[in-house]
Amino acid sequence: MSLRTLDELKASGELRTSSKLEKIFKMGHLAVTSECGPPRGSDPKAVTEKAEMIKNHVDAINTTDNQTAVTRMSSLAACIHLKQMGLEPVLQMVTRDRNRIALQSDILGAASFNINNMLCLSGDHQSFGDCKQGQNVHDLDSMQLIQTVRRMRDEGKFLGGDDIKRPPDIFVGAAANPFADPFEIRVPRLAKKIACGAEFIQTQCIYNLDKFEEWMRRVRERGLHEKVFIMAGMTPMKSAGMAKYMKNRVPGMDVPDEVIARLSGVPKEKQAQEGIDMCVEAIQRLKEVEGISGFHIMAIEWEEKVPEIVERSGLYPRPQI
Amino acid sequence: MIIASKKPIEEIIQEVKDYKRLLILGCNECVTVCEAGGKKEVEVLASALRMHFIKAGKEKKIDERTLERQCDHEYLEEIRDVIDQYDAVLSLACGVGVQFTAEKYHSTPLLPGVNTCFLGANEQRGLWTERCQACGSCVLARTGGICPISRCAKRVMNGPCGGSGRGKCEINKELDCAWQLIIDRLRDLGRLDDYEIVAPIKDWSTERAGGPRKVVREDVQV
Repeated sequence: MSLRTLDELKASGELRTSSKLEKIFKMGHLAVTSECGPPRGSDPKAVTEKAEMIKNHVDAINTTDNQTAVTRMSSLAACIHLKQMGLEPVLQMVTRDRNRIALQSDILGAASFNINNMLCLSGDHQSFGDCKQGQNVHDLDSMQLIQTVRRMRDEGKFLGGDDIKRPPDIFVGAAANPFADPFEIRVPRLAKKIACGAEFIQTQCIYNLDKFEEWMRRVRERGLHEKVFIMAGMTPMKSAGMAKYMKNRVPGMDVPDEVIARLSGVPKEKQAQEGIDMCVEAIQRLKEVEGISGFHIMAIEWEEKVPEIVERSGLYPRPQI
Repeated sequence: MIIASKKPIEEIIQEVKDYKRLLILGCNECVTVCEAGGKKEVEVLASALRMHFIKAGKEKKIDERTLERQCDHEYLEEIRDVIDQYDAVLSLACGVGVQFTAEKYHSTPLLPGVNTCFLGANEQRGLWTERCQACGSCVLARTGGICPISRCAKRVMNGPCGGSGRGKCEINKELDCAWQLIIDRLRDLGRLDDYEIVAPIKDWSTERAGGPRKVVREDVQV
């Protein structure tokens, strides 16, 4: 896509929301997002300090929703802290913990703070977290959550059919895991999310670039890259130990042996830098892949490295809007 | 059928220890088939309890009886003439049987001797697995005959989630991913294209969420 100015974009009538992220995509830039995992406590500094480290190098910041099913500060509260810093949050929302009343209510709550982006997820099973004995809800699934936000936004209706006064103004995203099984339905599954109303996609962390490119080839074959903005998910490895852990213990993760071998091949104290180098190389390779609209850099508890990754990948400076 | 599992003997002892005259009441239906609460299990439990209380120097009368069903007025009537001889009944029926017996014999304490687990099938000797959560609105026609509500850990209606790997569920490597099974079966049926039909938001009011349920059939009422 060739670059357009904001005025040209506005004149085109293609904007659906007030989201800055939507504008970046539709102006034709490669977008960059990152994330802030909310803390296991109520100190807002845990969010704002992470955000300070990355704010000049990303267009928007995801706040995770009790990730790995471990109880944390709510993602909505974290988004509000980001908003108060003048930043662009992406509210992650999982269907694990809330029924349709609570989900719709939180969507309105977010919209009331002019939070303009949301990522709809099912969430890790509670057995991974600190409340293994808790219930899970899953009143809706992630696709139905996408449908719900779109209906609230586009039709101005609650699921129950009543009108919403001042509907939410939210750009709707979803996750895709090109590496989960069965592989043959991974592209149809993306098509299904698009049919439900997903406007942007953030993928699972990519280490198996060949498999990801094969997935993208199939995505293009169906023309799906023209219907949704796909952001490649990147997480730098801190060590060979982390790579092994992700390969063996994290559900849905595909870490090829070459990745572990390359990290193991350098002395321990240099593995972190090697991990950053690998991440930058992967971004540079994927930037050339048709249909990639940006990068979602999840440097988990390693936010200070995001600027280096973004700069070395040629994604800096970020467009000013 | 309803699948139940035996409660630990220590828990049962704790529950019954203060009653002098105890009736252990089995059920000849589901709990017999899943070997948790039939005549055989009544005998074994009664012997174990007698032995325990004799060793502990406590005198107890422990009798055994197994009814055809405990979820049916007719069969529960069979113990009406003896119920007063007991201080408590330890029922090895499912939760339905325990409650139905309690409703019938209001002044007799009723204790459960099994944990009622799920609606399932006997996969192989000694292995029972869940197949249904009685949601009250069956979707099996749309999911290749495999239930995502009872067999997916997140009851995802449009699966699989990102945690499906090598055909298994993220929560347990021995647990089949329901959506892998659904996709395999749709493929075998030549209906893989159906995968892209979005399952609508489910009406859970026919499930537990809607409160205690009943089925009324006026055509068979007398």
